[in-house]
Amino acid sequence: MKTDIKLAGVGGQGILTIATVIGQAATAAGLQLKQAEVHGMSQRGGAVESDLRLSDEAIYSDQIGLGTADLIVSMEPMEALRYLPYLGPKGTVVTSSAPFVNIPDYPAAEVLQADLQALPSVALLDIEGVARAQGAPKSANMVLLGMTARHLAILPPEALREAIRTIFARKGEKVVEDNLKAFDAGYEGV
Amino acid sequence: MKRLLLGDEALALGAIHAGLSGVYAYPGTPSTEITEFIQSDPISRERGLHSRWCTNEKTAMEAALGMSFAGKRALVCMKHVGMNVCADAFINSAITGVKGGLVVVAADDPSMHSSQNEQDSRFYGEFAMVPVLEPSTQQECYDMMAYAFDLSEELRLPVLMRLVTRLAHSRAAVAVGDCRDENPLEPDQERTRWVLLPGNAKRQYASLVAKAPEVLRRAEQSAFSSLTLGPKKGLGVVAAGIGYNYVCECHPEGVSILKVSQYPLPQEQILALAAQSSEILVVEDGQPFIETRIKSLLGADYPVTGRLTGRLPRTGELNPDHLAAAFGKAQAAPFPPALHLAARPPQLCQGCGHRDVYAVLNEVLADFPSARVFGDIGCYTLGALPPFRAIDTCVDMGASITMAKGAADAGVFPAVAVIGDSTFTHSGMTSLLDAVNDGSPITVIISDNLTTAMTGGQDSAGTHKFEAICLALGVEREHLHVVVPLPANRAEIGRIIREELAYKGVSVIIPQRECMQTLARKQRKKQAAK
Repeated sequence: MKTDIKLAGVGGQGILTIATVIGQAATAAGLQLKQAEVHGMSQRGGAVESDLRLSDEAIYSDQIGLGTADLIVSMEPMEALRYLPYLGPKGTVVTSSAPFVNIPDYPAAEVLQADLQALPSVALLDIEGVARAQGAPKSANMVLLGMTARHLAILPPEALREAIRTIFARKGEKVVEDNLKAFDAGYEGV
Repeated sequence: MKRLLLGDEALALGAIHAGLSGVYAYPGTPSTEITEFIQSDPISRERGLHSRWCTNEKTAMEAALGMSFAGKRALVCMKHVGMNVCADAFINSAITGVKGGLVVVAADDPSMHSSQNEQDSRFYGEFAMVPVLEPSTQQECYDMMAYAFDLSEELRLPVLMRLVTRLAHSRAAVAVGDCRDENPLEPDQERTRWVLLPGNAKRQYASLVAKAPEVLRRAEQSAFSSLTLGPKKGLGVVAAGIGYNYVCECHPEGVSILKVSQYPLPQEQILALAAQSSEILVVEDGQPFIETRIKSLLGADYPVTGRLTGRLPRTGELNPDHLAAAFGKAQAAPFPPALHLAARPPQLCQGCGHRDVYAVLNEVLADFPSARVFGDIGCYTLGALPPFRAIDTCVDMGASITMAKGAADAGVFPAVAVIGDSTFTHSGMTSLLDAVNDGSPITVIISDNLTTAMTGGQDSAGTHKFEAICLALGVEREHLHVVVPLPANRAEIGRIIREELAYKGVSVIIPQRECMQTLARKQRKKQAAK
């Protein structure tokens, strides 16, 4: 079994933390993993992406090919749409529904919603809103991870929860609890 | 034991485990994480390995050569364009040769994710006549380090290791081994090797040339390269570095594959592959280095395809889709590009001092239509984009000041240079000295955010020293200003810029305020400590 995930967002939104948690869970589960990310200039408020590949067999390429991703997971609706050509025929888009507008020519929010709703398989949620409602406003990315867990047959949700505990342990119990709450809200929210 | 590591980190850990005594580097994407890993690694701290950032790649290369002279193992890391900066020291380190193992890591950036060109460092290796290693995987990044240091000491030559962005910044599980001791302190006694007076240099160069067959033999016997012959004569593939991964991803059937992980090119294996193949496809990330060399080895009649023939794209990094197309296996993507997309380029952070600098500069220069602004390498290069569109050039580290000077020599007025603090100490100080000695009518803005920000906030070599440096280089006290770039101070800064534009000599204005990113990081640390 193999799962290819295209992670997307805007520099500073925390997509690499999602990758780190999935990576931790996958490694603990004995899966093979490759995760390519772009550092440097693109992190300054620009579009960022990361290719995350999980498999129980050898993985060769660090990059995902066009039309082959099982999931596009995005912190931002337009950034989800940016990578559409990478989505496989049975792929799912899991994304925040709330636009992050830091450019003058950002498309109308309704237009983006319509483009996303037109896809055969999509999960949309206002992850910042959910995170705030949970009293964990900094954990929107874990809400998104919770949504993703519904579509991640290769890793059970408990493995991801355990990885959240491991990754955030050094930041204290409160941070761990906030992130778990956010994860569960995302998992239940879709 | 397995650890999840970036290619950069795997390489760093491999070096520590190979008995490294010091890493010397200037930050540069995609190489920065190598040194950062060594700075924070427990073994490195326990052993007190040298890992402090250097002022530029040349000082890094020379310090590493000094450590090698003393008998210890040293690592130099840089992004590809850093090779240009340290080229003098690098080329001559092959002439002197080494004592302790010396490994130079150049991280190339095909597709220019964070660079101004996509030069291929393998050319430097060939030029210097030293062995070059090119890993395909994170595991090879780790494994190759011990091999590279041994090879360096056995051949008494520096070894160049070349990797690319996609490997440097991609993570995978890596099996790691034990840690070797450092070499003892044992400075080289053979002075004639190290004093490159022409008489000695001629002997040393002859000895380097005499090593060439052995350097080639080592590449031909490298355990990291492999030749897998197909069942019958057909397509042969030469795949280097991560190009090999893309080939494997496509599962081409019945194809013979030569995986190249060490240079000079293994001639024996190439001839064997050519004999078993009717044509050869060359798959290499970067410039067509192998392709041109294979063509000259096999002759004009042997069909060789790759980046030069258009079977693969001539520029940019490779990806699995390029290989699928080259093997005739490309499939149409089920979803076309989205209809409503806007580009989202990187931009200066909100609250960043560079923003205030550009806002004021644009305001003042609106009154000087003939003004030209010479930019430099760093976050502030983003001042070229909207909303500021504030700079006219950005070429290489330090070029802002010297290009402003040259343009002023030609009659451009006003000529303004904008350079960051770390870039100024990297390569701008000598430029400023030239301008001072010539009395060039230029206004230099050293936009000082107290860090090397673009690469993630590493220490900047000149922090708290800029006034002293400028005065020592001969900038006049009354034409040197330190200001705080904040919206409230814009009027005053504007007044100073206007005055200095009118001065017919070198002026330096230093807007000084901490980077928002490093400031936020410090505040987070403080909060966590509470």
